[in-house]
Amino acid sequence: MTDFLQLLLSGVATGAIYAMAALGFTLLWQAAGTINFAQGEFVMLPAFAMLIGMSFGLPLWASFIVAVVLSILVLGAAFKKWIVDPMRGTGVVAVVVATLGLSIGLKSFVKAAYSAEPHPFPSIFSDEVFKLAGVTISYSDVGALVFAGLMVLGLQTFLNKTITGRAMQAVAQNTFSAEALGINVKRMIFYTFAINAILVAVTALLITPTYLAKFDMGDNIGLKAFFAAIIGGFNNSRGALLGGVLVGVLENLAGAYLSPAYKDGVALVLFLAVILVKPDGLLGTPQERKV
Amino acid sequence: MKTTKLLSTQHMVTLAVALAALAFAPAMLKTYGLYLLSLWLVYVIAAMGLNLTVGYAGLKSLCHAGFMGVGAYTVAIMMKAGFSFWLASPTAIVICFILGLLIGFPALRVQLHYLGFATLGFNLLLVLFFRNEEWLTGGTFGIQNIKRPEFMGIALESNTNFYYLVLAITIIFAVLLALLLRSPWGRAFAALRDNAIRAESTGVNITAYTLMSFAIGAAYAGVAGALFAPLVNFIEPAPFGISNSLLFLMMVVIGGSGRFYGPVLGAAIALLLPEYLRFLKDWYLAVFGFAAVAMMIWLPGGLLSMKEAWQLSRAKREAKQKELEQAGGAA
Amino acid sequence: MSILSVHDIKKSYGAIQAVDGVSFDVKPGEILGVIGPNGSGKTTLFNSILGQIRPDSGKVEFEGVDISGNSPLEMSRLGIGRTFQNLQVFGKLSLRDNLIVAAQEHHGTFWGRMFAKPDNGLAERAQEMLDLFRLNHVADLPAGSLSYGQQKLVDIAMAFMPAPRLVLLDEPCAGVNPSLVDGLRELLIELNKKQGGSFVVIEHNMDFVMKLCHRVVCMVEGKVLAVGKPEEIQGNRAVLEAYLGN
Repeated sequence: MTDFLQLLLSGVATGAIYAMAALGFTLLWQAAGTINFAQGEFVMLPAFAMLIGMSFGLPLWASFIVAVVLSILVLGAAFKKWIVDPMRGTGVVAVVVATLGLSIGLKSFVKAAYSAEPHPFPSIFSDEVFKLAGVTISYSDVGALVFAGLMVLGLQTFLNKTITGRAMQAVAQNTFSAEALGINVKRMIFYTFAINAILVAVTALLITPTYLAKFDMGDNIGLKAFFAAIIGGFNNSRGALLGGVLVGVLENLAGAYLSPAYKDGVALVLFLAVILVKPDGLLGTPQERKV
Repeated sequence: MKTTKLLSTQHMVTLAVALAALAFAPAMLKTYGLYLLSLWLVYVIAAMGLNLTVGYAGLKSLCHAGFMGVGAYTVAIMMKAGFSFWLASPTAIVICFILGLLIGFPALRVQLHYLGFATLGFNLLLVLFFRNEEWLTGGTFGIQNIKRPEFMGIALESNTNFYYLVLAITIIFAVLLALLLRSPWGRAFAALRDNAIRAESTGVNITAYTLMSFAIGAAYAGVAGALFAPLVNFIEPAPFGISNSLLFLMMVVIGGSGRFYGPVLGAAIALLLPEYLRFLKDWYLAVFGFAAVAMMIWLPGGLLSMKEAWQLSRAKREAKQKELEQAGGAA
Repeated sequence: MSILSVHDIKKSYGAIQAVDGVSFDVKPGEILGVIGPNGSGKTTLFNSILGQIRPDSGKVEFEGVDISGNSPLEMSRLGIGRTFQNLQVFGKLSLRDNLIVAAQEHHGTFWGRMFAKPDNGLAERAQEMLDLFRLNHVADLPAGSLSYGQQKLVDIAMAFMPAPRLVLLDEPCAGVNPSLVDGLRELLIELNKKQGGSFVVIEHNMDFVMKLCHRVVCMVEGKVLAVGKPEEIQGNRAVLEAYLGN
């Protein structure tokens, strides 16, 4: 039983981290109609940015800040301006290929420019554990859960309770009307990209200690982010949190009780199961097929 | 009533010249060159299948390399068990066809964008299977020493003879695809791609055509895989993963999605580029990835759409000029 | 026997009752007009009848058979056609191909069509339509490159290709050059005589409706306000008030 609870807790912690990447992914789709197949690499890049910062002697927190700033500039502004904007109206397949190409390009770039080897990455939490009711809990799991949870819930509050946040939601739901209401659509969309940039940087900070910094670490995380986002409901930001946690927990449980070799396949199976039963995701609102 | 010739004269002549060149190629190429050419043809078969699914029917399939793997492993395993290549390959094709149908089912329930993810996930699952089920697939060690078959007493062991086999099969399957696309099915696929809702209300069974476009596409990947195994002699899970599925998608899109010869061009580029860009060494893939992005921004219709894109921009320029002239005259 | 019987269709979107208990019949060979101010629920009604939307309640019968909840595909197979308010043609296919695809699935079997002639025997019929709609000069251009008015005609022609026994037309005149509206009306009258099917037409162009239809249904706020011959409807006070307001 204690094993189960341990798996549950660490699954929730990992899931909360997936949820951040999933949330960014969902926001990009909602507000900007962009399906970012390179989301995994968007997590990988800040991780390496932080590594490089630290190799220059910067402490982790300073590297993190630099990574966040660079992320907003490159993964937010530059991505939007040079790749997403020019491709408006080109059709989904072209965007898919473009972001896939971006994903391959970024991966290979890091592999060639930096290294193909995995690198250890310091955690911001201590690696000690404590016992609670017989269950061994690690500080890093709790820390990750709290940190990620706060980020997601903070973002929720921002989106729902502030004017800017609600304006962003308006843009996501109906760009045309939002514009007619005087909302600066371009800026709102930019904020969305910026928020995604921040989310991926935080994801990198929390997940790299476990996964190690490697040029292809994005593969796994990206895929899980996609599945988590869709499982939760692609048109609902709370869904990303639910989806992420579900994936994290079920992965852990399946890996321990069923087969560790197929652990990475759990997200897919869950995705298929949800999609076949509830095509709009668990928390998604049904979208009528428009005639 | 307008009568259309099957193929224009220009088209026939170009085709004849190309086929002649391909027929005489072995005489002009060394071992490695011949290997590349054979590999290119294998890729063309796979890419043709994906072009049907993505280009003609408009669905997103990111599992193609996985299907190719199923084809390759089926042939390798059966041949190791003593079965003839000529029994193993049709089996591989049928298995891939069925797998394609199975994967097509979620495609129907799922909104268009999710399909890409679902197929990506399937590819992942297939690779996990190839890697974990060592008793069947040899796991990460793969299967070695896959022999090339005999055909009516002629040994196809030599690179030249095997090349001719690959060439023959490519031509056969290309013709079959052309016939399929010319038939009412081709039109139904295009309707499905252009406007699925409208298609359904005019009686096009989008369920059936979606499944078939997946299944036939997968079957073509199976053919490619069946030829791939004896061509490279040794197979392991790596070439059948997600990155190669992306590569196949890029072959289709860069050549020109929905254009018949798109895959021919796309496969050539995907294969030759690494050779020519060898000097880039580790940077090759990075350049390729970013080049793909650039291409989607500037020429999303693929290379074969260059002529139209140029014509369109010229027409726009001329229209702009006319506007300015008229404005100048009015002022 | 009516060719189409609509019983008490209701459909709401949240707090808005788009269609609120609509019933009417369509007689064989009849052209029935459906008019009403914007937002009276006409297109929602069409979509509910034709399976694009699921109505909350109500029944639809076609030639005596219950077709409530049938998918658009099944509707097409039964011999029901429709046009769309926002244009739906197959942009990359040629005009001729648009017409052929609109009827090809009604001939032969699914597997048989793999081996059938490219036009599935429909070249002549497509040509008939092209002649009738006078679209010969653009027949081989991609449908997406035609003008709005031309695409509108293609949309209508597509609905008629499989010789349906019932056709629902959603605002056929919208966006069509006023000088061509009379021609369109005569085209529809001719098709009605030739093919003998029944039409239900949503339209805002009163002149068009009154000259084309045998009977007219007037809808307001999701309900049927009045049904009758064009003259009766034109003289109906309630109808005039609904349009002009109080």
